[in-house]
Amino acid sequence: MAEPRLNDSTLLRLCLGFAALLLAAGLAAPLGLMLARAFQDIDGNFVGLVHFRAYFGSPALLLPAWNSLWTSAVTTAIVLPLAFTFAYGMTRSRLPGRAVFRAIMLIPILAPSLLPALSLIYLFGNQGLLRVLLPEGGSIYGPTGIIVAQCIYTFPHAAMILSVALGMADARLFEAAETLKAGHWRIFRDVTLPAARYGLVSASVVVFTLAVTDFGIPKVIGGQFPVLATDVYRQVIGQQNFSMGAVVAIILLLPAIFGFFAERWAQRLQAAGISGRAVLYRPKRRAARDLPLLAACLAIALVLLSIVGMAIWGSLIRFWPYNMALTTANYDFSSFDAQGWGSLWTSLTMAGLTALVGTPLVFWVAYLLERGGVSGWLPGFVRVAAIAPLAVPGLVLGLAYILFFNHPANPLGFIYGTVAILVLNCVIHFYTVAHLTAVTAIRQLDPEFEAVGASLRVPRWRTFLRVIVPISLPAILDIAVYLFVNAMATVSAVVFLYGPDTKPASVAVVHMDEAGQVASAAAMACVILAITASAKLLQLGASRLLSGGWRPAH
Amino acid sequence: MPCRLLAAAGALLLGAFVSTPLGPAGAQQRTRLTVYTAIENEQLQPFKAAAEAALRDIEIAWVRDSTGVITARLVAERAQPRADVIWGLSAFSLLGLEALDMLEPFTPNGAEILRPNMRSDRSPMTWTGMDAFVAAICYNTAVARQRNLPRPSTWTDLLNPALRGQIAMPNPSSSGTGFLTVAGWMATMGEQPAWTFMNGLHENIQVYTHSGSAPCNNAARGEYGLGISLDMRAVTLRNQGAPIEIIVPTDGVGFDLEATAILRGTRNLAAARRLAGFAVTRAAMELYGRYYAILALPDVAPAVQGYPADFEQRLATINIREMGAQRDRILAEWTRRFDGKSAPR
Repeated sequence: MAEPRLNDSTLLRLCLGFAALLLAAGLAAPLGLMLARAFQDIDGNFVGLVHFRAYFGSPALLLPAWNSLWTSAVTTAIVLPLAFTFAYGMTRSRLPGRAVFRAIMLIPILAPSLLPALSLIYLFGNQGLLRVLLPEGGSIYGPTGIIVAQCIYTFPHAAMILSVALGMADARLFEAAETLKAGHWRIFRDVTLPAARYGLVSASVVVFTLAVTDFGIPKVIGGQFPVLATDVYRQVIGQQNFSMGAVVAIILLLPAIFGFFAERWAQRLQAAGISGRAVLYRPKRRAARDLPLLAACLAIALVLLSIVGMAIWGSLIRFWPYNMALTTANYDFSSFDAQGWGSLWTSLTMAGLTALVGTPLVFWVAYLLERGGVSGWLPGFVRVAAIAPLAVPGLVLGLAYILFFNHPANPLGFIYGTVAILVLNCVIHFYTVAHLTAVTAIRQLDPEFEAVGASLRVPRWRTFLRVIVPISLPAILDIAVYLFVNAMATVSAVVFLYGPDTKPASVAVVHMDEAGQVASAAAMACVILAITASAKLLQLGASRLLSGGWRPAH
Repeated sequence: MPCRLLAAAGALLLGAFVSTPLGPAGAQQRTRLTVYTAIENEQLQPFKAAAEAALRDIEIAWVRDSTGVITARLVAERAQPRADVIWGLSAFSLLGLEALDMLEPFTPNGAEILRPNMRSDRSPMTWTGMDAFVAAICYNTAVARQRNLPRPSTWTDLLNPALRGQIAMPNPSSSGTGFLTVAGWMATMGEQPAWTFMNGLHENIQVYTHSGSAPCNNAARGEYGLGISLDMRAVTLRNQGAPIEIIVPTDGVGFDLEATAILRGTRNLAAARRLAGFAVTRAAMELYGRYYAILALPDVAPAVQGYPADFEQRLATINIREMGAQRDRILAEWTRRFDGKSAPR
């Protein structure tokens, strides 16, 4: 790879420096302040390892750690093959209705996590419609429920990363393999899988980490099955013991640190898949492959749709399960929440800005890391900071933001209580998966693009804007929509940060559920879902336009 | 083309951002007080309207969330408090804030005639009580008929083997409701008998939840036969047609106080004092009385219906300051005995 010109490389270094500053202010500093609490007493005096000793000294510790470990491992083992199959069907087959499948795939992250939890209770709870399907004496409250709900919740993350990983392939490789008379299985094993290796490792890291750190699911459906993430909730919300909360949060960072090294290891395995001379692979029709894939994708889609269908139905009935009369009264939000429909406007603003600010940032930073050629400690710091948010439970991040941005000495304090702090929080909170998607897409591009650009003395930013961005536009749109839908649905961090005029709709959902207005909580969740689903459909329409008009893909 | 699309979308969003109203017009001459609260959603509007009608130069901007979230937020904001006043938060939480020296001492006019156990014991006071709600049992009559579950009228009735695996209760280490329930048992039974009682109760528990409202909400949906929760939880659920009966046990119940306090360091101290003064007036108490049966001002008759005549006598005598001091020890013991010891039944 040719050296970029000197002023060019200075510019790239400056850009990366700016990104590092942003991640330092939006993640490292707040989190550092919060995690330092693990070594402090309530007045901020250093107390060493007292809290760690207290935590590790309690015999109840090992159980939640073990529970977190095995439920997350089982979740990863179930989700990964399913997501791979689904992503394979989306990218390497000729299934009908792939665009629709792609939208359905995202359902679990399109709505606040309360919605799938509620649906599972309606379907498999003690009064559930499908309770008969559970084994005798079985209950959805406990590890079974946690694993099922976390599989549903992590599926879109894995499917999205794997779709990008499988999305671009060089048709010449497949032609060569066929010329060599390689069988379909052989091609899958020796061409497809190696190219997707990085995506597979990223997806497993993401799924495992999400499953370990999420507290929403175990809180609602886990019953009293103790896991580490609910320990954080218990310490912070139940007892306002930030020091102990910080201790558990530090333990929760361990899988992410492991994931960081796994990611670096996978990177060494992955060569660029798409060279400048590549011919984009377009799968041919083949019934032996397409029909089983169709069946698998249909089955997955059916499960996801039934979750939503159940919630929509739940939002339209008077009081489940005792008064099943249909009504639209639950959508009259002003009678359940002071802000009524207004909170949706806040959410839209917040989520729109998150996508608008976050997408260019994430993609440009990922590009700088992969192709910027910047040396020194900067790239390392940015890489760690990009992976870390995944492992930080939302409520820890929310508290960290209070401690940092509300600090009297912080010059950035003016954003406290405004939409701006919510947007920054959302960009950082959902940074990791967006970053991994961008990296996966960029890694598949041939470094020759930059080499050619450099030899033509074109500044790097122009190569980026003229070549890299247009080729990667599908992935960029994926990132934008991912940020948007997550910001629409998030609760855990923003619950600490909204001000009197900036309460998001997702928080209103939780409030209505707490107040016993389950149907209206479901209704608000369904409205959020309608907005996020529309955004996803718009994106699909747009990517179709971009990839060459409305011609049906053949 | 894509650039223009993005630009258009950007312009739309920025427009939306800029045009978001920052507050009602004409509010400049009024003092805007940021008030943190954990009162129920439906009470926000009436409380605000009443206070603003009585104090014409004050505007209330609510930040409402559950007790745990609001308390955690207050503690985290300690370096530079953002709230002016707390109006409607558990007295247990306020005592915690008092210990962190976060409350502005102030005795509003007429606060001395509040019930002694419903106001701060400091002089000047750090907080004043509003109303009390009590631990209670949400009993699903439909499930009870179906499964033949006897109706309990005392806590001891919950030990009946016929209720095995039918009861949900909030985990006291995650939920304030859970803790005040346990505190009530300890105050009426004495600590050792209370542990013995909980050992027995454990046999009948289906699940310890992390949320204080979940036991009643889910009992209303028939997920559990009985849920231990707060009396006021049931009202909304019954209005929606849930077949639940709210039982206030006759053998002594724990209770929680909603209370008012001023944050130390508020930039609007004068206005904050006036709101804290309003919070203990007869007019304010009558407002609380529309939702709660026990009011801090003893001679105000609550308007809320459906409470037994001897309701007040059922309250346990709890020294909340002492209970607060023992909280860590009690929770550690509770966790050792019951947490994660058995799979859900």
